[in-house]
Amino acid sequence: MDWLKKNLPKIVVAPSFAVILWFVYGFIAWTFYVSLTKSKLLPNYEFWGIHQYVRLWQMPRWHIAVENLFIFTILFIVLCIFIGVILSIFLDQKIRSEGVIKTIYLYPMALSFIVTGTAWKWILNPTMGIEKFMNQIGFENFQFDWLVTPGMSIYTIVIAGVWQSSGFIMAIFLAGLRSIDDEVIKAAKVDGASTFSIYTKIVLPMMRPVFMSAIVILLHLSIKSYDLVIALTAGGPGISSDMPAVFMTKMAFGRSEVGLASASAIMMFVTVSAIIVPYLYSELRREQDVK
Amino acid sequence: MLNKKKLLRYFLFLVLGVFIFYYITPLYVMIVTSLKDMNEIREGNLFSLPNSINFESWKIAWSGRGEGTSDTFLKPYFFNSLKITIPALTLSTILGALNGYALTKWKFKGANLIFLLFLFGTFIPFQAILLPMARTLGFLGISNSPLGLILVHTVYGLGFTTLFFRNYYVSISDEIIKAAKVDGAGFFKIFFTILLPVSLPILVVTIIFQFTQIWNDFLFGVTFSFGENAPLQVALNNMVLTSASVKYYNVDMAAAIMAALPTLIIYVLAGNYFIKGLTAGSVKG
Repeated sequence: MDWLKKNLPKIVVAPSFAVILWFVYGFIAWTFYVSLTKSKLLPNYEFWGIHQYVRLWQMPRWHIAVENLFIFTILFIVLCIFIGVILSIFLDQKIRSEGVIKTIYLYPMALSFIVTGTAWKWILNPTMGIEKFMNQIGFENFQFDWLVTPGMSIYTIVIAGVWQSSGFIMAIFLAGLRSIDDEVIKAAKVDGASTFSIYTKIVLPMMRPVFMSAIVILLHLSIKSYDLVIALTAGGPGISSDMPAVFMTKMAFGRSEVGLASASAIMMFVTVSAIIVPYLYSELRREQDVK
Repeated sequence: MLNKKKLLRYFLFLVLGVFIFYYITPLYVMIVTSLKDMNEIREGNLFSLPNSINFESWKIAWSGRGEGTSDTFLKPYFFNSLKITIPALTLSTILGALNGYALTKWKFKGANLIFLLFLFGTFIPFQAILLPMARTLGFLGISNSPLGLILVHTVYGLGFTTLFFRNYYVSISDEIIKAAKVDGAGFFKIFFTILLPVSLPILVVTIIFQFTQIWNDFLFGVTFSFGENAPLQVALNNMVLTSASVKYYNVDMAAAIMAALPTLIIYVLAGNYFIKGLTAGSVKG
């Protein structure tokens, strides 16, 4: 009885911990092992070294996916942060209807990527969407067919992704701005600094941790982006807007290339870890310092 | 001369206004498109208002045209999603609350390491677990069933729910707990009488976050279920991608709005809790 009482907290956590160990870490280990085998339709546990990784990096399709990920990630991060910073600073100027405006900026975060993709697919429809509207109001030669143009369709994913996530980045920056001590800004004003230089020289540099968080969140979102691609372009036309997450599921469930799919999943996992581990480390150290 | 300050103020409102327009336009387009008939869509443009308010497409999106098997409509999938979302969010929230409590108020050796493993688990790209999960569900005999998706969402929601409660309980004073322990109160008594009564805010945050995550999930749904067992987002995507010769954009838009309505309503009613969950769930701070 005493033993039970003493160990009850551990007993309560144990099932969840076991579940996490098995379903997260065990599964990742399994995927890693399978990536080192010849597995095709079914897992085959015969060791095959790093052949799947060599195959992966020799595949033009994987290169397209990785290039698209680069294009998407860079534009997605730059645009979301640019919009987020501007909107948060502007909203922080004692705007009367701030609450309503914030609600409008953030509602896309409540939608699924499938809904967002469906809506933008219709807006960007090459014959019925924006193009038709522009033609009707007098720009007869206006063309907008990125959705069906190889090499351009990846940018439609950027457009929809930025629309969905930039409001959230605004909210993170606004919270950061609100946590800065007003005294600092007042003192700078007394010293005669202009509003512009207060922001560029004092406020934004103080927001470095917020920039870090925003970049980590957006990087993480972009490496995992799957739903939006499927709903908007399905990786097309052809494979021109493929991304690693789409590549992985296509190989695993469409092409019966279990080994290759596992190798691509491990590449994604390693990339995410390379970003998250240092981030978590610095965050936890900060937490310790505060204590 | 207009003074500079006033001019700046106008510029500020202009920019804020342009972005209101940017965020609201897709919703506006979805709504007006869903209310038009196909002739109006062909003749008009994205932004033109419907001639009359016509909910025909909404009816079709929800319960079909009654034309036999090729007809996809949302109603059954809406209930599939509810059947998955409610148990998974309940289970993961209860477990998360107990874990968060045990890890902060009954610190045992290794508690921090355990938390770190939970935390890192929330970041992994799910592609790294899809294949073994598919095999496990098959092995357990629950692939392509609501039960399978409940399991998946509970397991991969645990990290988030534990994180939420852990960070909330850390800020609650240990003194009261210590006093209660001295008085001989046990693990569950302290939880139910001291912690739970002050947990309402974090409960709301967690429930909203989990509801949104599970409701909006596509990857797990499309990987671990098909046909009539699919959740709502998968059905919506299938509906839009249909290869039928005539595309009903109005029905697509009505379906998309319906799929978004539950989370949108929660967002409008409880925006602050919604944002708190998002921030805590992604910054993990």
